[in-house]
Amino acid sequence: MAVKQLGAATYQVSDVYVQGTGAVVGPKEGAGPLGQHFDRVWPDEGLTYSSYEKAEQAILWEAYDEALKKAQVSWEDIDVVLGGDLLDQIITTNFSGRQHSRPLAGLFSACATFTESLAMGAMLLAGGGPRIVMTSAASHHLTAERQFRFPVELGYQRTPTAAWTATAAGAVVLGINPTPIQIEALTFGRVVDIGGTDPNDMGSAMAPAAYDTIAQFLKDTGHTVQDFDAIYTGDLGHFGITMLRHYAEQHGLAFGDELNDCGRSLYDAATQDTHNGGSGPGCSASVFAGPLARHLMSGEMRRLLLVATGALFSPTTYQQGETIPCIAHAVALASRGEG
Amino acid sequence: MDSEKEQYQQLTRQLMPKRPIARNLMLAFLVGGLICVVGQVVQWFFMQQGMSSKAASSPTSVVMIGIGALLTGLGWYDRVVKWGGMGGSLPITGFANAMVAPAMEFKTEGLIMGIGARLFTIAGPVLVYGMAAAFVVSAIRYLLTGVA
Repeated sequence: MAVKQLGAATYQVSDVYVQGTGAVVGPKEGAGPLGQHFDRVWPDEGLTYSSYEKAEQAILWEAYDEALKKAQVSWEDIDVVLGGDLLDQIITTNFSGRQHSRPLAGLFSACATFTESLAMGAMLLAGGGPRIVMTSAASHHLTAERQFRFPVELGYQRTPTAAWTATAAGAVVLGINPTPIQIEALTFGRVVDIGGTDPNDMGSAMAPAAYDTIAQFLKDTGHTVQDFDAIYTGDLGHFGITMLRHYAEQHGLAFGDELNDCGRSLYDAATQDTHNGGSGPGCSASVFAGPLARHLMSGEMRRLLLVATGALFSPTTYQQGETIPCIAHAVALASRGEG
Repeated sequence: MDSEKEQYQQLTRQLMPKRPIARNLMLAFLVGGLICVVGQVVQWFFMQQGMSSKAASSPTSVVMIGIGALLTGLGWYDRVVKWGGMGGSLPITGFANAMVAPAMEFKTEGLIMGIGARLFTIAGPVLVYGMAAAFVVSAIRYLLTGVA
């Protein structure tokens, strides 16, 4: 167990392993191209709960459940829970703490919360503090709509760059027991504000933050993008990825086929009417805890750089004409499984 | 740095996927037109019952608001606007949608702070500026023609 600082913002961690992952999604996410890789797919958005806020807590709880089951540990074994969500006062994560009664550190980086949780968890473990950590992030389409956009039944037209907040939760149990998936290094991002003001185009606002973190990671570790089988950003979506490629190229970094995006992969753009693709903290959390973790587990994917991206605005700030500050945190994972 | 931001925003505008404006206008025309045809049929129905066209317009509005509210409750009106855009929002059925949608959405926060406080979230600005504009236009008409 050890942490070593590399460069300005990157930490190399040793002996931190993914013990188990849980990914639970809503019906639309389940019907998407990655549907079969999630542990559970809800048949509806949680109609049986008296509010969708409660449904969001329930979907997070189910993700916790799956992660514990696969890690073969129980709540009593978890030393600390790190996680967050999109709702005011991160109520989904905090209210779930009533049920598990474990030490909890709530985190917020908007849609970058999942990699923030993973990174913090890895740091704590490698630093020799706790021995088993639960990390998570969750979101629900209908709770995000009412907080950030309009009532669900209000008719309006989404722009082509508007994101679709995913109903999804991902939880990952991290620990020091060797398993096929190891966390190797992580980079905490800086806030980058490129001057975007359109909350219906978070992809282009977040792309420079993703670039900043990826470039910092590569500089600090000496890696190149070719060292990774896949580099997954969080929720830049179709347009955000286009902007990232252009912006990176202007700065002398050329991405190849390894560059992908969790939000872009979550839905079928042709049939699911999700415009720019998925977003929300649960988007990168579920795509990692479901499909990506499975590919790492099987050894099909050897090295992954996961860079969740977050737009750190609130309805108040964009109504006041403020630009959108963004952030991205990166976590590098390697498969020790059979390739 | 500022020039970098400017350059980036320019690149964003350049690469941003275009809205299908021609298609949207066409659909708005068709959907808005269709809603008006339905309204006209309802008005004719009341006129058949012996009402003048002016007297028939009030019950017609009530029926159209009822249809808009019903379709919102069934979860269909948002699809009408998705296709029809302003063609769905502008008629009185769209106004009904703007009232009923928040009422449905915020009922979990209770009758006072939920439905009561949020009912005019969408329709409020329309009413405020609609009435203000009507006042200004009427004042201009009064000044020019002397007709109140």
